[in-house]
Amino acid sequence: MRNLIYILVLFFSISCSEKQDQKQPKPVSRILTPVADTKKMQKIEGGSYKPFVGKETDSLVKVKTFYLDETAVTNAEFLTFLKANPQWTKSRVLRLFADSTYLNHWKGDYEIPEDVSPEAPVTSISWFAAKAYAESVGKRLPTVDEWEYVARADENNKNAAATPEFTQRILQLYQQKLMYKKPVKQSNPNIWGVYDMFGTIWEWTEDFSSVMMSGESRKDNTTNETLFCAGASVTSSDLKNYAAFIRFALRGSVKADYTINNLGFRCARDAEN
Amino acid sequence: MRTFIISLLSVFILGGCQKKQNENIDPDSIFNLQSSWEKPDGTKIKLEELKGKVLTMVMIYTSCKTACPRLTADMKDIEAKVGKQNSDELQYILVSIDPEHDTPERMRAFIKNNKLEGKQWVFLRGSEEDTRELANVLAVKYKKITPMDFSHSNIISVFSKSGVLAYQKEGLNIDINTTVDKIKEQIK
Repeated sequence: MRNLIYILVLFFSISCSEKQDQKQPKPVSRILTPVADTKKMQKIEGGSYKPFVGKETDSLVKVKTFYLDETAVTNAEFLTFLKANPQWTKSRVLRLFADSTYLNHWKGDYEIPEDVSPEAPVTSISWFAAKAYAESVGKRLPTVDEWEYVARADENNKNAAATPEFTQRILQLYQQKLMYKKPVKQSNPNIWGVYDMFGTIWEWTEDFSSVMMSGESRKDNTTNETLFCAGASVTSSDLKNYAAFIRFALRGSVKADYTINNLGFRCARDAEN
Repeated sequence: MRTFIISLLSVFILGGCQKKQNENIDPDSIFNLQSSWEKPDGTKIKLEELKGKVLTMVMIYTSCKTACPRLTADMKDIEAKVGKQNSDELQYILVSIDPEHDTPERMRAFIKNNKLEGKQWVFLRGSEEDTRELANVLAVKYKKITPMDFSHSNIISVFSKSGVLAYQKEGLNIDINTTVDKIKEQIK
């Protein structure tokens, strides 16, 4: 009888430890490991600009001086980040932070697809992943205002947004296909020295989820009006700016765990004062 | 006597086993967030510390005059309908989307004015970055319109005891009964 007790105890302890082994293959640290980053940043002198979307369309928004990566973060750079932070590889990423198509086109955790340049912008990554990358290199994501402020520039002017040709050109660039597979620096930099604001990929911004579409912007939907407080709907200050409208429509329609094959990011950081 | 020993041992071993497994965090759980949050008494907590309670969460700010009073009222109605019988298992959480102005003093005043004084209620504020991150997990959108005025989505979220999203209801003057039922389901 005494033996039976021992056997039973043994049995329970074994079944217990087995379960645990299966449950926890290898605990992966949730803490970010810093990554060295050599990407060139451009100083963007602050100023004020008239945002495309806003309740008070007359008011100008102030943008403080900041630094912005001259190109989007590339596949090669993201791979370096993944090697230091395996918790962000496609097999280990938490579903909370990225949907099922995260790095969809990568064959393995550390394999950039053959038909995509390592120097091409990394895409199919969620906002959470972009934010983690930025933190790991000591930077942050640019705000919507910062991004749009830089996006007004062409090769010669800090603000080219008023010219009809500018919007026309951007719309043409938006129609190119599969540009996300090509290396960064596809065209000349703008006057700030920043490349590829248009025509290669869409880019995450820190506060993309501040863009709201309400019943007012979609007249067919009246029930939506109770979804938002204060009714800050999309009230465009410049109805001819279709290019900006497309960007804001995208920002308003994605969630932070979404991954899209032409949505990537670049980083920013505050200017030391 | 022997049967007694065996059952005692089994319970002990199985119990120990159970406890260890609970240390794992579900991949979908909000307890994966590393952010820390300030309570009205000035102390800080991580969401993980709320493990084991059914969480009902809403994002508001104290100076809001339009939707937030309605949202707070909905939260109170939900709390009343669920009942207090299991208050150790229930946590109603208000998270500020205006951490700059919602100081612990303001949060305390808000709690007093709205009679949210029971231990089942908690008001939290975090950094602007962490607030945006949590909002993105909840799919709550918000934007500062003027220094004291935000527009924001009106969403009440219910989380299981392991921090996994169980139910969300969006809108004002909503039918709270489904939310109440979902909370009751999670307590079981």
